[in-house]
Amino acid sequence: MEYKSPVRSYLEETADPNNVLVNLGPSHPATHGTIQIIAELDGETVKKADIHCGYLHRGFEKEAEHHTYHKIIPYTDRLNYCSSLNNNFAYAEAVEKLLGIEITPRCKWLRTLLSEYNRVADHVTCIAATVMEMGAMTAFLYLMTIRDYIFEHLNHLTGARLTYSYVRIGGLSRDLPEGWLERLEEILQFHERYINRIHGLLDRNRIFIDRTRNVGVMTPEHALNWGYTGPILRSTGIPIDLRKDSPYLAYPELDFEVPVGIKGDNYDRYYVRMREMDESLSMIRQCVKNLPKGPVSVVDSRVVLPEKSRVYTQTEAVINHFKLIIDGIKVPAGEVYSAHEAPNGELGFYLVSDGSGHPYKMHVRSPSFAHMGGMHTLLEGYQVADIIATFGSMNMIGGECDR
Amino acid sequence: MIQDLVVYLAYMGYAIGFMLGIATLFTWVERKQSAIMADRIGANRCYIRIPFTNVKLVAWGLFHGIADGAKMLLKENFTPLTYDRFCFNLAPFLAAAPVLLVFSVIPFGGTLTPGQLLPQLHDFFGDRSYAMQVASLDAGILVVLSFSGIGILGTMLAGWSSNNKFSMLGAARAASQMISYEVSMGLALISLVVTYGTLDLNTMVQWQSGLLFGALPAWGIFTQPLAFILFLTAAIAENKRVPFDLPECESELVAGYFTEYSAMKMGLFMLSEFIEIVVVSALLVTMFLGGYNLPYLTDSGFIFPAGATWALPHLAVVLLQVGTFLVKVVLAGCFQILIRWSLPRFRYDQLMNFGWKFLMPLAALNLVVTACVRWWTI
Repeated sequence: MEYKSPVRSYLEETADPNNVLVNLGPSHPATHGTIQIIAELDGETVKKADIHCGYLHRGFEKEAEHHTYHKIIPYTDRLNYCSSLNNNFAYAEAVEKLLGIEITPRCKWLRTLLSEYNRVADHVTCIAATVMEMGAMTAFLYLMTIRDYIFEHLNHLTGARLTYSYVRIGGLSRDLPEGWLERLEEILQFHERYINRIHGLLDRNRIFIDRTRNVGVMTPEHALNWGYTGPILRSTGIPIDLRKDSPYLAYPELDFEVPVGIKGDNYDRYYVRMREMDESLSMIRQCVKNLPKGPVSVVDSRVVLPEKSRVYTQTEAVINHFKLIIDGIKVPAGEVYSAHEAPNGELGFYLVSDGSGHPYKMHVRSPSFAHMGGMHTLLEGYQVADIIATFGSMNMIGGECDR
Repeated sequence: MIQDLVVYLAYMGYAIGFMLGIATLFTWVERKQSAIMADRIGANRCYIRIPFTNVKLVAWGLFHGIADGAKMLLKENFTPLTYDRFCFNLAPFLAAAPVLLVFSVIPFGGTLTPGQLLPQLHDFFGDRSYAMQVASLDAGILVVLSFSGIGILGTMLAGWSSNNKFSMLGAARAASQMISYEVSMGLALISLVVTYGTLDLNTMVQWQSGLLFGALPAWGIFTQPLAFILFLTAAIAENKRVPFDLPECESELVAGYFTEYSAMKMGLFMLSEFIEIVVVSALLVTMFLGGYNLPYLTDSGFIFPAGATWALPHLAVVLLQVGTFLVKVVLAGCFQILIRWSLPRFRYDQLMNFGWKFLMPLAALNLVVTACVRWWTI
């Protein structure tokens, strides 16, 4: 059948007639998240790889222009759906910067705690997916068990397992339920026990090392040039971490290290994530110890919804509620860029406000999108099987990459 | 003559029942064992409701095997348009039938004298005795190797005829992998042949019924430990299971060479994989783990090294031997499943390097050493 794809016509014909074109994705077991990898194979070696993303494009940034600042929060959940809270907090901080609001100390520490908690869940998911694709099913299931415990625990707090929408501009939707912190410590201990098993199963496993060492190698220069951030950049040995370099929330008061790799290969990316989880655990414990008492939301009727008991009894509160819901928060005109260290790297929100209830323009600097830009360089010259391992260790999240 | 027919029909029935039964059991064991390993509950959704009551028989999820079979049989048999019709339909049978035949040469018990089992049978059978083996061929091991060689054809045909790039890549991988590992497997077996001095599997098992150093059973695993490891590795590679499951590795090749198959044709590939676990376990047990031998058990009962004896009737001895073989096969299969659920998989070039540059020289070395020792001791 004669059919030429208008999109990838230059890859319809291979450079060498003996090579084979293989199309991995967008619906393929390995491309979790939706992405297409067109690979030109010479036997088992990848000669040329072409990454097509955009299959999960939802027009989030354009959509945001027609929503009030509060109504955008559920959309931010869907960016990196493995760590929704990090997206929530990064977005809220951008808006709060524009509003000039200082959040309460308890809110600050809670957001830090939950950021780290969700980071653990995200790293666990990434490592689980990577090792599952290499066939280590039991390690995958151990990690998924941890993730499930964390999700159930967050469900108790936020009411949802994956898309939390827990943040509010100027605070949080609710305070911790009773007994939440005790259960948190139990889960952390459970996590430590299971992560030790993963170390035992994989760290010195010859097959695992062979599959990951010296595969998908990148130099520090390469990583910087392609705009890589997060664990992928740190795996090359560059200790850039926004939590240290441009501290936000309660990070300046926490004691933690930035783990780095030595080579920037798949093994380093795996190990940096494992070490980051250890650091996150220690940070969560510090947060629990230092968690101050007090309200979780600021007292500011321009921003925070009035209490329901007041809404039902007082006229002013009803009007306040109505104006905040219908018109939205009136954010002063101006623009802001605020970035958080999300599990995948630098997650930045660029907001332009014209003083109305919804943003004039919004842009998300999503780490996965930047990572996909240089992905093909990590695949070419390696084997077909390495596509899967490298792609897994890059932790592409469709929702975040395609927005 | 009619007596022989009766006995061998019974053997055949037992062999087929044994393999299909244990293969179905292994589908359940795989689910349940992996669940236990990963701290899960595992398959427990399938049940049979006792008619007219609300009692649901869950039986630890044992009925999942039946549900699987029913599902495979009832699904739509979808076939792609562009495929080689003849080869496509032939391939699953070519993959499944040879593994079933391998079992015919494996002895699953000692010598059966039907007349001694029950007094009523003596009139019919007289004093005839039969080795418990469907076909006692002198070329036992050769039959095993050649039948497992035919299995490759099914895999290759499946990949080539599906007209799918993933299938073709899987078939290419499968062919090169199975042929490469057959070399080291063959070499490991030759060192066994040198040790035992026979190709006949039944004679091998009888050789293993003796004692080493007065107390240790003379099993192949003690006389040929390296060959055991080599054979186990090569056999798992032949069976295409993790860590050697490249031909069908789910993450890159979707399902490898049987991507385009559906319904019972796909079921045949799956079933042949599980039957192959049984066959590999049976071969391991026969050649390395003493076959149907229970330590210190002879045809007349137990004879312990200290001199104590315990005479047993023929029926008990036969049942013990058959039961021993069964238990050993199940345990060896569980060990394979343990490996499958612990390790990540190799990459294609690593697999080839491992096979040719590590396993093959080791097997050759083992053969040379065995031959020298054998020459020295004769």
